[in-house]
Amino acid sequence: MSDLAAATKTDFPLLSREVYGKPIVYLDSAATSQKPQAVLDAMDTYYRTVNANVHRGAYHIADIATQAMEEARAKVQRFIGAASPREVIFTRNATEAMNLVAHSWGRTNLREGDAVLLSHMEHHANIVPWHMLAAERGIELRWLPLDSDGRLDLHDLDRLLDGVRLVAFSAMSNVLGTIPPVRRIADAAHERGALVLVDGAQYVPHVPTDVAELGCDFLAFSGHKMCGPTGIGVLWGREELLEAMPPFLGGGEMILNVTTEGFLPNELPWKFEAGTPAIAEVAGLGAAVDYLNDIGMEAVRRHDVSLTAYALRTLTERHGERLTIHGPPEPAARGGVLSFAYGDVHAHDISQVLDEQAVCVRAGHHCAKPLMRCLGVVATARASVYIYNDESDIDHLAESLDRVCDLFGPQ
Amino acid sequence: MPGLEDLYREIVLDHYRNPRNRGELPCPPARRAEGFNPLCGDEVVIYTDVADGVVRDLRVGGQGCSISQSTASMMSVAVKGRSLAEVEKLERSFKAMMSIVTDGGEVAPPADLGDLEALRGVVKFPVRIKCATLCWNTLAESLRA
Repeated sequence: MSDLAAATKTDFPLLSREVYGKPIVYLDSAATSQKPQAVLDAMDTYYRTVNANVHRGAYHIADIATQAMEEARAKVQRFIGAASPREVIFTRNATEAMNLVAHSWGRTNLREGDAVLLSHMEHHANIVPWHMLAAERGIELRWLPLDSDGRLDLHDLDRLLDGVRLVAFSAMSNVLGTIPPVRRIADAAHERGALVLVDGAQYVPHVPTDVAELGCDFLAFSGHKMCGPTGIGVLWGREELLEAMPPFLGGGEMILNVTTEGFLPNELPWKFEAGTPAIAEVAGLGAAVDYLNDIGMEAVRRHDVSLTAYALRTLTERHGERLTIHGPPEPAARGGVLSFAYGDVHAHDISQVLDEQAVCVRAGHHCAKPLMRCLGVVATARASVYIYNDESDIDHLAESLDRVCDLFGPQ
Repeated sequence: MPGLEDLYREIVLDHYRNPRNRGELPCPPARRAEGFNPLCGDEVVIYTDVADGVVRDLRVGGQGCSISQSTASMMSVAVKGRSLAEVEKLERSFKAMMSIVTDGGEVAPPADLGDLEALRGVVKFPVRIKCATLCWNTLAESLRA
């Protein structure tokens, strides 16, 4: 058994439950991770002991709540190697973070005829905001293609970058696990005067992250995929870019002054945080960062690679030709996300059959319909691992797939 | 949990493996409607040829899970040659079997659902009810179009 899973599994209360009288086998962390007790405690403690609105009250617990929120921001800052807490904007999730960039930076800087370069493996969260802007502003969307192993095909990158103002792409595909060469793309984009937005929703929870090393200008990620609660996400952006951008949502917290004639926006980061923030969730995210730091992100990545290698080997040995696993074949080139097809059985049926064995996998288009079209499928089944998964979870998955054969016949 | 045999009845899997009335119809005169289940990516395309208030011909396209595709196949058999009033009655009966209360809340009139009866087990798997009703909603849209 993996040492990391042995050390962490008992930290996650949900993983001790049963489903249909069987121990749960949770293989859907790319959708959302489970939460360790430390995160649940941090949120509970906030509500039980210091619940007060932040940046508003002069009384003791309001001050503590505000400090707790800003301490969590500093933890996130250090976790991703940001230069200043002013660069760390709390959002609802990665989706909102990317919408913030499209709405605020995009509407200020993009004109008709400007191009935004995306890739064919993007999540809808990094497609639809740009479609919306294209409809409004007449910008052009371009697409980086994929090769047959599901890697970004960069042969034409230089030509595709012509006239591009922003390159926006995922640092780890939520379907294929593909990890593209972020730095190489970012350097090429910068040479041509384009900015770079990285969707880090899958990457940040699984790979040591340093925004300076990535070389991007914006990074978006969600708390709930990295052991934190739902409802909290982060947009990191270079300070001078954020300074120059207009506010996103208007309301309390994001202003310095309001008159009947107008308003003066607040400083960073609060300029982009209108309304009462998700304070308990911020506390939970801070605890999640502590939890992951205690393990060490290098150890998290090693565990993912080793378990992915085991999964690729085990599933292929047991199911052979019937099983098609999408994405790069080398475990080191991908995250612990395995999208697969089993004969011609539909992904939804695979997931239903696995559910009977208490094995939780995702089925569907994974909010990546353009990618599904590239792969020539309507849906895939997807198993994804995290720190608490071990070889026995993969074995359960492999054995439970036998039942697909029982019901739907040999594929 | 209810057994999977309740869901994947032999007749259901037969319609999945050997779908009836698969294909397209020239539009016009036929009408075409497509339905999507955003949850799992199921797609159903329904072509209907209606004359004198009767569904003269019907074809099914699209791709998706066993429940969405087999329901579309069974529905096509049940609906072909029926009057629009009979089709509506079938739809209401089917949805009642799926525990979906249609407009007004009155009890749907009983109808002979034929093979579609085999889908009764779907109601025990609430996530799959949308798979089974997708083609009915698409059919209704095509008849309204």
